[in-house]
Amino acid sequence: MYKEFNHKEMNKKTVLLVDDDIDYLIQMETRIRNFGFKVIKAEGKEDALMVLKDVKPDLAIMDLMMEAQDSGFVLGYKLKQLYPDVPVAIATSATRETGIKFDIDRRSDRDWIKADVFLQKGIRNDQLHREINKLLKI
Amino acid sequence: MKNLKVLIVDDEPGIRSGIERVLHNFTVGYPFMEDDFGFETTEAGTGEEALEIIESQAVDIILLDNKLPGIQGIDLLEQINKMQIDSLVMMITSYASLDLAVKATNNGAYNFVPKPFTPQELKSAIENITKHLFLRRMTMKMKEEGKQIRFQFLSVLSHELKSPLNAVDGYLRIMQDKQLGDNIDDYMSMIDRSLIRLQGMRNLIMDMLDLTQIESGKKHRKLKLVNIKECIQLAIHSMEPMAIQRNVKVNCNCPEILNIQSDADELEIIFNNLVSNAVKYNKEGGSVFIDITKEDANVIFRVEDTGIGISPEDQLNLFREFTRIKNSKTQDITGSGLGLSIVKKMVELNKGTISLESEADRGSVFTVSIPAGTC
Repeated sequence: MYKEFNHKEMNKKTVLLVDDDIDYLIQMETRIRNFGFKVIKAEGKEDALMVLKDVKPDLAIMDLMMEAQDSGFVLGYKLKQLYPDVPVAIATSATRETGIKFDIDRRSDRDWIKADVFLQKGIRNDQLHREINKLLKI
Repeated sequence: MKNLKVLIVDDEPGIRSGIERVLHNFTVGYPFMEDDFGFETTEAGTGEEALEIIESQAVDIILLDNKLPGIQGIDLLEQINKMQIDSLVMMITSYASLDLAVKATNNGAYNFVPKPFTPQELKSAIENITKHLFLRRMTMKMKEEGKQIRFQFLSVLSHELKSPLNAVDGYLRIMQDKQLGDNIDDYMSMIDRSLIRLQGMRNLIMDMLDLTQIESGKKHRKLKLVNIKECIQLAIHSMEPMAIQRNVKVNCNCPEILNIQSDADELEIIFNNLVSNAVKYNKEGGSVFIDITKEDANVIFRVEDTGIGISPEDQLNLFREFTRIKNSKTQDITGSGLGLSIVKKMVELNKGTISLESEADRGSVFTVSIPAGTC
């Protein structure tokens, strides 16, 4: 019985969530757990780098603006250096709040932004689930 | 050294080269300016030629003769004025009449040099005009920076207002979807977090109101003799519920009769912020020591806590607007990030000073010194 449960836990995909807003972390954790994934939280770039020393997640979802305005870009870059095959999603409300548009459809942007997808903060649950499944190739 | 560009407009080549020679090695400096100014000259023999130069390149000072072969100096002046360029015009003329002087000044000439002039007269005129130009440019720059700061303030403010809304919105959606099932108890921590964020937003709005009143100068200062002990007791009293809840002991040492010439509301804001910070950022079971003394002509307020302390890096920005120290120890404490910037403004309004000594995990001491005034 115990073995079976453990086996099930082990097969769960792990999502690393990085955001300096504790409330956003709690909310995303609740939502993503309900999709059936394991969640590890980190409260910023430095925190996340510590986690990454021990854990290789199956997916990382990170905020863009944390300690610095571009922490998400830096973290994405470092994560890809460590684990090139781990997909990275940058979740941001920056476009809505600053009007600065990031686009990773163009090759030139993809070269420097090490993210596989941009997620708008406030994304609906079903959309979020779909995006995560797509990144995890489920 | 910075070079200012001087355009000399005169039909007599002798005058042009004369001015050129005088300005060649001339520099102007003032104690309040970082750089000395040197001069670089360009010449024009007619008004038409001068216009071409002004249109094609930046000119700082224009020395303009009135009597020119084509378009007259005074008409050129009018045109230059319409162009609204960032330069100053000085008229040079041999037939200086009051009529011309009035007309030229109305058209925006900065001043006059009568012809013939000595090198010394020219130099002192140039010195004046340079100072004026420098001050005008500084004022414009400062106005623009003021606008910039205002804009940054508003954009940070809107961010600070939006983030609690987003947080509460997020929690409500999770509850709406019943993501944790049907039992309301499972949502308690989310409800608590929502209430904390709403309280933070309420604090921010209250602090904003204080700040607008100071900034706009609309707050009417009511200066009178204020009894310090009464004022500090009020602040302690209003923090009592929180102090009891967090088991923080507040000790106060204040002379019974100590008055200060100030505005009671302002002192209350200072005390409230300092005492509430000392309780809020304390440890469970910690203490606050308030010590008020009179040293010479100043009243010294010392508020010490045994709380979480502030690291040296964080101390640097502490008194700036919207500074909140974000770490795991502060995440459940509500604050607008405006309190200490308001305290600093209030202290300065009272011609006082505020300083801080702090050590992470040991606690902080805020010391305010305010002139007691006529008491």
